[in-house]
Amino acid sequence: MTVPSLLPALPEIFLACSAMALLMVGVFRGEGSTRLVSVLSVVALLVTAALVLGAGSERTVTFNGQFVADRFSAFMKVLVLIGSALSLIVAMDHLEREQIDRFEYPVLILFATLGMLMMVSANDLVAVYVGLETQSLALYVLAAFRRDHARSSEAGLKYFVLGALSSGILLYGMSLVYGFAGTTSFDGLARLFGHGSVPSVGLVVGLVFVAAGIAFKISAVPFHMWTPDVYEGAPTPVTTFFAAAPKIAAVALFIRVLTEPFGGLAHQWQQIVWVTALGSMLLGAFAAIGQTNIKRLMAYSSIGNVGYALVGLAAGNENGVQGVMIYMAVYLFMTVGSFTIVLCMQKDGRSVEDIADLKGLSRTHPLLALAMAVFMFSMAGIPPLAGFFSKLYVFLGAIEAGLYVLAVLGVLSSVVSAFYYLRIVKLMYFDEPVVALDRPIGMGATAVLAGTTLFTLLFIVFQTPIVAGAATAATSLLAR
Amino acid sequence: MEIAAVFLPLAAAFIAGFFGRIIGDRGAHVVTCTAVVVAALISCVLFWQVAFLHQPRTIELFTWIDSGALEVSWALRVDTLTAIMLVVVNGVSAMVHLYSIGYMHHDRHQPRFFAYLSLFTFFMLMLVTSDNLVQMYFGWEGVGVASYLLINFWYEKPSANNAAMKAFLVNRVGDFGFALGIFAVFLIFGSVEFDTIFAAAPAQAQTTISFLWFEGHALTIACLLLFMGAMGKSAQLGLHTWLPDAMEGPTPVSALIHAATMVTAGVFMVARLSPIFEYAPTALMVVTVVGALTAFVAATIGFTQFDIKRVIAYSTMSQLGYMFFALGVSAYSAAIFHLMTHAFFKALLFLGAGSVIHAMSDEQDMRRMGGLADKIKVTYWMMWIGSLALAGIGIPGVIGFAGFYSKDIILEAAYADHTWFGMLAFWLGIVAAFLTAFYSWRLLIMTFNGAPRADAKTVAHVHESPWIMLGPLVVLAVGSVLAGAVFYGSFVGHHSHEFWGKAIFVLPENDTVEAAHHVPFWVPWAPLVVALSGIGTAYWMYQIRPEMPARIQAQFAPLHAFFYNRWYFDQLYDAVFVRPARWLGFELWKKGDGAVIDAFGPDGLAALTREAAARSVRLQTGYVYHYAFAMVLGVVALIAWFWLAN
Repeated sequence: MTVPSLLPALPEIFLACSAMALLMVGVFRGEGSTRLVSVLSVVALLVTAALVLGAGSERTVTFNGQFVADRFSAFMKVLVLIGSALSLIVAMDHLEREQIDRFEYPVLILFATLGMLMMVSANDLVAVYVGLETQSLALYVLAAFRRDHARSSEAGLKYFVLGALSSGILLYGMSLVYGFAGTTSFDGLARLFGHGSVPSVGLVVGLVFVAAGIAFKISAVPFHMWTPDVYEGAPTPVTTFFAAAPKIAAVALFIRVLTEPFGGLAHQWQQIVWVTALGSMLLGAFAAIGQTNIKRLMAYSSIGNVGYALVGLAAGNENGVQGVMIYMAVYLFMTVGSFTIVLCMQKDGRSVEDIADLKGLSRTHPLLALAMAVFMFSMAGIPPLAGFFSKLYVFLGAIEAGLYVLAVLGVLSSVVSAFYYLRIVKLMYFDEPVVALDRPIGMGATAVLAGTTLFTLLFIVFQTPIVAGAATAATSLLAR
Repeated sequence: MEIAAVFLPLAAAFIAGFFGRIIGDRGAHVVTCTAVVVAALISCVLFWQVAFLHQPRTIELFTWIDSGALEVSWALRVDTLTAIMLVVVNGVSAMVHLYSIGYMHHDRHQPRFFAYLSLFTFFMLMLVTSDNLVQMYFGWEGVGVASYLLINFWYEKPSANNAAMKAFLVNRVGDFGFALGIFAVFLIFGSVEFDTIFAAAPAQAQTTISFLWFEGHALTIACLLLFMGAMGKSAQLGLHTWLPDAMEGPTPVSALIHAATMVTAGVFMVARLSPIFEYAPTALMVVTVVGALTAFVAATIGFTQFDIKRVIAYSTMSQLGYMFFALGVSAYSAAIFHLMTHAFFKALLFLGAGSVIHAMSDEQDMRRMGGLADKIKVTYWMMWIGSLALAGIGIPGVIGFAGFYSKDIILEAAYADHTWFGMLAFWLGIVAAFLTAFYSWRLLIMTFNGAPRADAKTVAHVHESPWIMLGPLVVLAVGSVLAGAVFYGSFVGHHSHEFWGKAIFVLPENDTVEAAHHVPFWVPWAPLVVALSGIGTAYWMYQIRPEMPARIQAQFAPLHAFFYNRWYFDQLYDAVFVRPARWLGFELWKKGDGAVIDAFGPDGLAALTREAAARSVRLQTGYVYHYAFAMVLGVVALIAWFWLAN
């Protein structure tokens, strides 16, 4: 038996080894080693990102066709790693304040991230499942991380039960596909569907089940129901992480599964994506209006954002996929930035989560309010902020594919969603402060906030490398 | 140099407007006054070079619009006509700027005021230096905006708001015609450049175009449309109602914009386009009739008014009427001559009136003035000089005030035209000259002579204005005395052909200015005789027999009411245009916008959104089995959708 080439999977192998090593560090140094483990974890994530970027850019397949590394996977992996690292940085202070700073936290994040990298690079349905479960198990634990807290436990349990159901749906779909196609390999499936032959009913049903399973992970309508409860119940640093990294990995997985093995069935799955995209955009826009809790609001906002990303996927062309990638990159920074501000919402040492607590923020924390305003305007899609361009690229792809109805409805729902984004700005700038939030907000949070705000503000200036990178990545995925 | 003359005021307006808070009142004074005074001095040099050394020039700045056949550039065309306007605009503007330092010194928004004044000056310069119709339109609209801003300078006053809106809206009517006129010119000539148009005008003399429902003489239609713009801007009968109301603005504004410069833009425009108007005799006839009627009607209204500024405003309108019928009988040079002399003495009168108002603690009603002659002597004599010039006092062939020369040549030219409308203009002009003299002396006597009619506090406060205000008055007074005598020979005398060069164009058979020198001997004397009798009547009625006006007023009550109420133009327009428009607007607002668009649009959508939000929140029950059920249902629904879609 020959050993497969390990080089393409070097980042994953490095991350797995460092996660286990850091687990050992934590175990042997005991409580109080959290900060050290956290810092080392961030370093490990950044090194992994460097390894991803340092790898060759041409497509390589290894582990008997189970694992693939290409430009697309590199782009999305870097986003995932940045998301994990940023959410870990902003989490540290908060965990200490809330006295849940256990060393398992960073280690769990590393394992979850490892699972996500696997998802992004999966080239076989079995590999998909392995990556997805590696990620999910870590996430279940993270959601219930504050185990002495009823809401956190509830969030963990809900997420676990529903996640298990979705895993079941996914696995059932995979078995259907295998049963009717005779292979689980992406390359094999792609060959099978590449001839334009009419797929059998079982295959199509399998495809729908697979899509539903992944749609759960990106919380697309109608598989979104867990999102608000889990986002609200889980500790805020965990929510930050949930909103950032796993979303990106799952979207990447969704793109790869739909375009590579099932690329030949584009006409079929476009319908599904079309419906889920529209549902997510509308629900994200309307349900968020009725929220009073900022984390729940952000949950609906993320549902809506996924809807917009799916518009690009529904287009199914290179521009659409490029749009999704840009969308996720911008989404990552905006989300981490806004959640950092939510993390900073403290009154007398206690975290608060009501939207009303942001009242008059512009007078007590002018810079914080400014950053939040930038994120809100950006999410609402106001030029020249980053959020405008991400929406623009997605809709361009949709228009090119002739999805006029979807594009128009998407723009309209973004008008509705502008209402709740702008309401936050209004609360911060035009209402009287009730009780001022605590200060200072900590070094890590400040740095992340500054970085994400600048990214959102200056995206218009520095967008060329990101747009170009997304373009080549989309080409590498679709033009094979 | 030409660029400096035009753009210095713009730069000053920019600085005073945007950095007024930083540089303060004093800084705004210094910046704007320096810029405009320098521009005025440069203008004098330009005038010398262009008009007397015969060096007209056009400076292309850059191309503005280049679209298909339409090519429009920014250019400064400086010929004799423009040079005169440069001197008038920059000169009067400089005087008004200086005067305003004194007049406005109580005001809290001085940088804004001076910025507007300078901005107005710039737009006016843009208008007069343009070498195409589009740039002229730009300046035309620009002065409209500046006029709006300045009438509304005291924006807390509702009357100022209304006056500003009225000025803007009435001008829009005229501007609509002007715009259509430009389109017509482009349609006929395929260009908006003056040189191209003028060169092609003779060839197009017989062309016809279809307009609305009829086929008409192309140049006549174009000229009438253009004249409509001139009517609006220059307050000619029909579109004149805004001018008296515009007196709500500060008095220096009235002097600069609503007497000396902007309102003469229409006169300038027709003179500038003389090469086209010459080939549209019907249009010229209309210009003559409208001008003559305006001169007469405005004078009849003027002699019944009591507001000192309104009297002068109607006098301005009347004098503009003179200019227009001069244009109508092809005496373009005479019209421009009167434009220039009028700028001097009318600015003098307005600034003098401002000085009176300043002395009287902002009182404008002449019925509450009187007896001011001794207390504000300089102002009194300045007003005398202005009135003498306005009435056109002088001895034919010997000497006279500025207005004497220009008004006489206009009336002679009208007489020399030997057409029915020329004669109409001549006789209406003679009547108007009588009325002009009458109301001028009525104003002087009511304001300065007799016993004081104001309350004791105001009388005690009466004081002569500071020299920063009187200085400009003196300069303008010198102009009012000398401008006529000095420039008569050049403008309308025997050197006029060299003086004007190609700036204005008159067909040989229409040369009424030349013919004006050969009219019967009584024609030059007639205006003087009626003016003197007007002065005499006023003196008799208001000085010797002060009870007379009331008796005459009672005797001719209906006629007086007709004149006093401004021929009921405002009431007529109110009934015919304003009320229906308001009614329509109100109905559309309440019923169309409120009941239909808002109810189904913003309000309806908002309510719908709220409802949808509440419903979608209720979906989220918190029970895991509901969520799981939703997921399973979702899968089933997707598969079903799939089947239906395929």
